Parts: sequence; structure tokens; C-alpha cells
Amino acid sequence: MARLTEENVRLAREIIGRYPKARSATIPLLHLAQEQDGYVTNEAMSHIGELVGASSAEVFGTASFYEMFKFEPVGKYLINICGTMSCALMGAEELMHHAEERLGIKMGSTTADGKFTLERAECQAACTEAPCLQVNYRYRYRVTPDQLDTLIDDLSAGTLSSEIPAHGVVASVRQHIPADRGVGAVAPETVTENPVWLDGKAAL
Amino acid sequence: MTTIDTTDTNDLPPQDPNAVSITINGRTVAARKGDLIIAAADSVDEYIPRFCYHPRMSSVGMCRQCMVEVEGPRGPMMVVSCMTPVADGQIVRTDTPQVKRAQEGMIELLLANHPLDCPVCDKGGECPLQDQAFSHGAGESRFVEEKRHYEKPIAISELVFLDRERCILCDRCTRFADEVAGDPLISFTQRGNNTQVMTFPDEPFASYFSGNTVQICPVGALTASPYRFKARPWDLEQRESTCTTCSVGCRTVVQSSRDELLRYQGVDSDPVNWGWLCDKGRFNFQSINSDDRLSTPQIKSGDTYAAASWSDALESVARVIRHSREGSVAILGGARGTNEDAFMWGALADAVGVTMRDAQLDDGLPESVFSYAQATIDSACAGGTVILLAPDLKEELPVLYLRLRDAVQKKKIRLIEISSHETGLTKYAWKSIRAESGTAAGVIPMLLAQADVSAQLSSGPVVIVAGRPNLAESASHTMDALSAVLAVAPSASVLPVLRRGNVRGALSLGLAPRNGNDAAAILEASAKGNVDCLILLGADPLSDVADIDLARRGIAGAKFVVAIDTFLTASASHADVVLPAAAYGEKDGTTMNLEGRVTSVVQKITPHGTSRADWMIAVELLTLLGHESNFTTLSDIQDAMSAAVPGFGTTTTAVAIKRDGVVVSVAPPSSAPAATSVAGPRNSYEFRLDLSRKLFDRAIGTITSPSLANLATEANVFIHPLDLDRVGAAEGTNVRVTNSHSSIVLPVRASSSVPRGTAWVPFNQIGADVRELIRRNESIIDVRIESM
Repeated sequence: MARLTEENVRLAREIIGRYPKARSATIPLLHLAQEQDGYVTNEAMSHIGELVGASSAEVFGTASFYEMFKFEPVGKYLINICGTMSCALMGAEELMHHAEERLGIKMGSTTADGKFTLERAECQAACTEAPCLQVNYRYRYRVTPDQLDTLIDDLSAGTLSSEIPAHGVVASVRQHIPADRGVGAVAPETVTENPVWLDGKAAL
Repeated sequence: MTTIDTTDTNDLPPQDPNAVSITINGRTVAARKGDLIIAAADSVDEYIPRFCYHPRMSSVGMCRQCMVEVEGPRGPMMVVSCMTPVADGQIVRTDTPQVKRAQEGMIELLLANHPLDCPVCDKGGECPLQDQAFSHGAGESRFVEEKRHYEKPIAISELVFLDRERCILCDRCTRFADEVAGDPLISFTQRGNNTQVMTFPDEPFASYFSGNTVQICPVGALTASPYRFKARPWDLEQRESTCTTCSVGCRTVVQSSRDELLRYQGVDSDPVNWGWLCDKGRFNFQSINSDDRLSTPQIKSGDTYAAASWSDALESVARVIRHSREGSVAILGGARGTNEDAFMWGALADAVGVTMRDAQLDDGLPESVFSYAQATIDSACAGGTVILLAPDLKEELPVLYLRLRDAVQKKKIRLIEISSHETGLTKYAWKSIRAESGTAAGVIPMLLAQADVSAQLSSGPVVIVAGRPNLAESASHTMDALSAVLAVAPSASVLPVLRRGNVRGALSLGLAPRNGNDAAAILEASAKGNVDCLILLGADPLSDVADIDLARRGIAGAKFVVAIDTFLTASASHADVVLPAAAYGEKDGTTMNLEGRVTSVVQKITPHGTSRADWMIAVELLTLLGHESNFTTLSDIQDAMSAAVPGFGTTTTAVAIKRDGVVVSVAPPSSAPAATSVAGPRNSYEFRLDLSRKLFDRAIGTITSPSLANLATEANVFIHPLDLDRVGAAEGTNVRVTNSHSSIVLPVRASSSVPRGTAWVPFNQIGADVRELIRRNESIIDVRIESM
């Protein structure tokens, strides 16, 4: 697992075709890479750089801003337990301790079988439903330690796989944009560096 | 609108429509539309503190240090002066308490995360952060918390170290790498709380221009290995000079401490280098300090050299010249020295009747290239079309590459490239076509006749950058290609791409071939036993002449060889007498770049051992040979040079010329044009050999600079991936490269930048020498490649 597969390169070209500048596709392509390997590999970043005309360092510079892109392997299920104020008041700490004991790992690490990664998260914007957590960014609200056990059992048994795909899969349905709706590459002369108002005048 | 004082306008020139008048701290400042406030302030020496602003790069407003007040409709407003353009009637204040407070606040914030390890920092003493913390800071810090920590320093390339604790994230190095060098190998990563400059994992900052980032870093975050912990800025003495590593002639300062060269820094010369240097030019000062330098004259006895006194060595040379048959003394080289060196050796050659002389080593173009209308770097970059019939400029003339790349990026010019393999400028070219070596002249009429190309050519001035792209191809092919372009664009001017720093000066001032007796003819004559005394003036034919067989026969055939050099080079070690020459930085004088621009080079340190400037050796020999010589100082030579060489007026002596130098037009005597050679039909050898230089190779100045010595790569032959399949060899395995002359073994690599049917070999890398296959009487060289 390294560079994008042939199938994904085809998808990548389709995605690039949606933008007037190839570089604009960098983040969608990083998602594609993360979906392919479960995390963003160095080889994939170099490959994306080749596809969009950027250096590997530039792709890495962009990717490393985003918490949701992982550069080391993570488990199939990434469990983010919110530890910010509302959740903390409603028992997030106990939930974290319970998860650590149940999985036998510390926060921020991955089980030996590569199934689960535990992470402490900042506010997930569900304060009324505290304490909350996400599995691969799918919410679970008002989670009790018992419910967490059940969740881990279900995930291990694979009964939730239709609802919660493996880490890296953004959506189970891939967005398709007909080619004629994509902006596509335009003549370089018409691309300006500065923002342009709708009537075509330079913004500044 | 400001009211115009009518009493002043009478003697003013007509109003420039772009003229803008602003007020800075009560002073009226003339500026132009689009100028930034900080630039307008600089023009009248109103200093605004700054870290990220650099006049040669785009403004980004990263550091927020340059805040000033601008009068607005709702009162004074704080703006970032490096992002705010001037406007007519604008009122700017840089001295109010509010501005002072804002600037002090910025310094405090920048220092909050700065380790303040100035006592052990190389930048201490010349550090913009340190200086401006004193000049524009509050003096006291309120920060008592623990600072951030990073591993320090980490090597981001062979030459550059990064200390992330010191970094203030001004974006200068990353902007330089992206905008100026076009090698965006460093970038901000982990943006947010932990933003840091970093390379891609396992992909070092291997840019030819990486040293510039060290120079423009406003703190000690980037340091270069050759200078780390070598000196403190207040111990350095410096003089402004010109780099003579290649023929671009970048302006530099040469810095030394305790009579040892320690650093070169780029100086902003507007018509030439804009402050940039390549890493080779920046770091090869190490070779001047090398212990391997020749320090005393040596006379060969048997197989060993014995140190000799200058008088004995010079007398033995003079004796040989005296007893040489008429017309059997030859001088090769001179392009590594100054104009004065070349002029004196030319004068010596004239006095002794030397007809065989050449400053080039069969690797350049005939001097007739100077007879066309000449372009300058500025005129090439100003607008119109630039046609490249040249070697890879990124490899050979890196700063010219920067200038042309900049002009393309700013949409000032369009490049048309005709080359035998892809070069550093290919991706910036408007049209880039691959013409197999020897065929460019045939392709050009068709290419330039295309409707869009001819429209482009007629839309503005045309400059042809002409040089030898392939050392295995005769110069006549380049000259034919040049003529083919000039036939279509007769008003085009030519920028000759020359190898070695002062080729143009040496050719113009007396070391140009006479009667077509160029380096190849001289070596051929020597091989036939017709040279009694061969003088190698900083020339190393065994390393540089493409036809190595000719060089070997030439050196072996000479009855007596004198080498005047800084090192015992491959050729010098065959000499009967070796004279140690003063190197760059050890002598004063002037040099001439590829445009014909004359600038000064200066002495900063004492010459190594007893070595002497080339001109002194010429003067000594002139006297020993019984000729009257009134030359005792450099200015005597400069006076004589100004008098003797038309176009080399008094304005061009070292004292008179300023930073940007003076472009002179001196036509070297044009020797008889070489016979036009036509590439023969492809023989049974299916690959055409393409031999070209890389920036870092096994050249003596590079391998004697420890920090550059490792940058030469292993010798490889590069062929197209499909050709690799056809040859049936695996990537990296050895193949046999053969033609009728010889056969060598080289590792093969696939490269899609090489067209099918071409075998590209970088010159003078580590490993087998492909020059064994080259004979200069064949205008192109075809080879066979077989897997082993």
C-alpha cells in the first residue's frame, strides 16, 4: 500500500477535472489516499503532488494542518472521546478510563490487532448530548461505560460495518459529478491569482 | 488632492502619470503607483522594522512587524506597510507612540517563543531580530513561562541546518524556495500552534540555491554547514567582489577572518544577480583554504617534483621559451583569471610571437558568436521571446536560470527551447522541443515558421541564448542553429553562454585563438610534436577537453609543459614546471561576465604560500625574456589595457567601476570560422551521445570544497524508459556503452526527460569516463548500449 491504485488514479483525475486549478484537488485527493490505506502514506503524498503539480513538501504542508489526516497507521476504528467542558462534566474522564481498561491501551494508541485507536478529542459540538464520542467521525451520544462496551463488542463483531465503515472512508456513497458540471482546466491566462467578483472584475 | 506649488513646477520634468506623492513623518516622498509604503520609506532612509519583507520577493505580511499609521477618513489607522501600496496624498507616520507600542508588542511576541541563545548563535551580531529587538523593542520581556522546544538543529540538506526554536515563521526561506528558486522542497507544516518549516520526510532541501535561504533568514534558524561556528560577524572583514565560478558574474562580498576566507554573501546587483548566489559559488571558498593548494614552484626531476625558488622556476621556463622553435610556444587557458591576467599574458604572447593561444578548451563557441548583436541579462528578461540553444542553464549558469525563470513567471517573456533532453527550464518554456544532437539547425526553420511562433517572434524583441548544449557535439552545430534562428529573426540579439568565469574577458583581451588555431588545433599540433612549450594557464585539458584522447596526446606530445594553477590538477601533474597561482580572493583586478560586463574582483586574503597572480608571472617572464616592461602594479596594466583595447575605456578600471559594473563591447579577433560539419547519417549505433554538465561534478574547485565534494553523483547513462526495455537492462545495472573508439561500463537509469534514441551522460561524475568515446573530428557521437 503506497501510491494511489490505478482505480484511484482514475478517480483522482476525475476529481482534478472539477477544478480550474489542479492544486485545488489536493484535499479531496488526500481523503482518497486515506480511504485507500487507512492513513495518508508518504508515497501517496508524493503521488498526489505529481498529480496536482505540487511538491511533496507542499502537499505535506497542506495535509499536516488537518487533524483528521493521519500520517501513521491507525486502527480500523478510531474512537474519539470528547474531553471538553460539557463532556468532562458529564463523565468523559470515566469513559476514557473505561475505554483504556477495556481495550488495554492508553489514549492516543492503537490495539495490537490494529482494530481500535483511542483519541481524546476537543469539543465535537454535541454538548447537549454529553458525554459524546465518535467512531470514525460517526456520533454516539450520552455514552455510558456499558454502552461503550456494547459498542466495542458490536464493532469487533462487525455488526455495525454498514453504518461505520473503516477509518478513512468519508462516505459509503461516493459523490459523482457529471463531467459537464466540472469547471475543468481553463486557459492559464484567464486564471488570476486574486479573487474575482461574480461579474468578472478583480476583487481588489 | 494636494495643492501644487506653482513656483516649483517650472523646472520639473513632465508629470509621470504613475508618480505619487506621499508624506512620511512630515517629509514629502516621491513614489510610483504600486510601490509599497515600506519601499517608499526605504527610498528616503525612513527605516521601518521588518522581518518577512524582502524587496525581491512578494509581500506576505507574515511578521506584522512593519506596522505604521496611515491617516484615514476616520483618523489614523494601523496598517502593515509591506502590504499597503502608496496612494497620492497618503499621510504615513512611523514615529507615533501608537506605532512604537505596536512594534514593541510584535517584538515581544516574536521573542516569547525565541530561545534567546544569541551567545551561541551564528547569527548573533548580524541578526535582524537581535538588532531590531534593541532598536524597536521594549527592552524587557514579560514572558516567564517555559518556551517551546524542538530538537535542534536538524539537517534539512547536505548544506543547511534548521533550528526550529529560533524560527519566527517569516516565510522568507519557503517563499524563496517556491517563488525564486522554483524548488518548493520546504514548506510550513503542522500549521497551527506548532507551525514549523520542514521538508517532506526523507526528501532533503536539495536545491542548488539553498544557501540563499541562510543568507535571508532574519534569525539564526537556518545555518550553513561551511560557516557554522567558524567566526563571529564582528570578527569578519569584507570586501565587495564578483563571483567568477561561472560566467554570470554574481556580485558578492568576500568575508574573511584571520586571513582565511570564511563566507561569501550575495550582493544585490540589479542587472545581474539580484542578491542571489548558487550553492557552488557560495560555498566553493573552501577550496581556496584547502591544504592541497600548491604553495611553491616545483620542478620535475625524473618522476618526482622538487620545490624550487621562483627565480629558478621562472628562469627554467624562460630558457625553454627562448630555445623553442619559432611559433612552437602555446598558451591554453586564462579564463579562470582576471582581465589584467589575460591582458598581460596576451601581451607576453604578442611579445614572444605566440600564435597558438586559446582561453577556451574546445568546450565553448567560436569567438564569432561575439560578432552578433549582443544581449544582456536584463534585455533578455525585459520582454519578448528568448530562444534557448543552450545547455541546461540551471546546471551551468544557475543565476541566469533564476533571472529567466523569474521573467517567465512574471509573464514578461516567453521561452522557446530547443534541446536534446529536458532541462531545468523546460517546464517554464512556452514551447520546448527535443531535437536530437546535430539536428537542431534542421528543425528550427519548421519550428519558427509555425503561425503562433512567428506571431510571437514578431511581437517583440528576440534574444537567443546560445551555448554548447552537448560536449559530444561539435560547436558548429550550435553555430548553425544560431544562424538558422537569425535567418528567421535577423534583429535578434545573442547572449553567449560561456563556460568558466572570465572566458569573455580572456578572449577579448588577448587570449583568443589566432588564425583558427583553437585549443583543439593546439593540442593536435602538440600531439604531432610541434609544440616545444605548452603553457597551461589555469587550464586542465585532461579534465575538461571532451576529446580526452586528444588531450592526452597533446599533453604527452608537448616537449615541455608549464602549469600555472592553484592545484596539482590532472594535467598539471604532467607538467615539467608547476607555478602556484594566486586564487580568487587573493588578487585584485577586473573580470568580464557573459554580457561583457566588467566588474571588480578583490583581494581579501594573502595568497597561499608563495603563489602569485598570473599577471605577475607574465611580467616576470616578459622581463626575463629581454622585453622592456614598465608594469609594476595592477594600475599600470589597467592603464595599458585602457589604452590598447578599444572599448575598454578608463571608466572600466577597478577603481572606477561600481557595483553593477560597465558593459563594454570589445570584439575579440575573430579567427577563421570552423568548417561547417554536417551530422552524418545514423550508423549502426542506435544511441546519440549527449554529454552535458551538472552543477556539481568532480571539478577541482568542487572536490576540494569539503561541503560540496559529496554532491557529485555517480556517473550514469540515462535513457528513455522504453529504450531501457529495448536494451533489456534493469534500472541501475551496468551496461556496456560502445562505439568504434572505445567501450566503457556505466550503470543505466531510465529517465523520461531523455527522448528515445538519446543517451545522456552527465559530465565528469564519479565513475567511468564517457569521454573515452569522443573524438572531436566527428561532429556527433553515436554509441551502442548493451546489457551485460
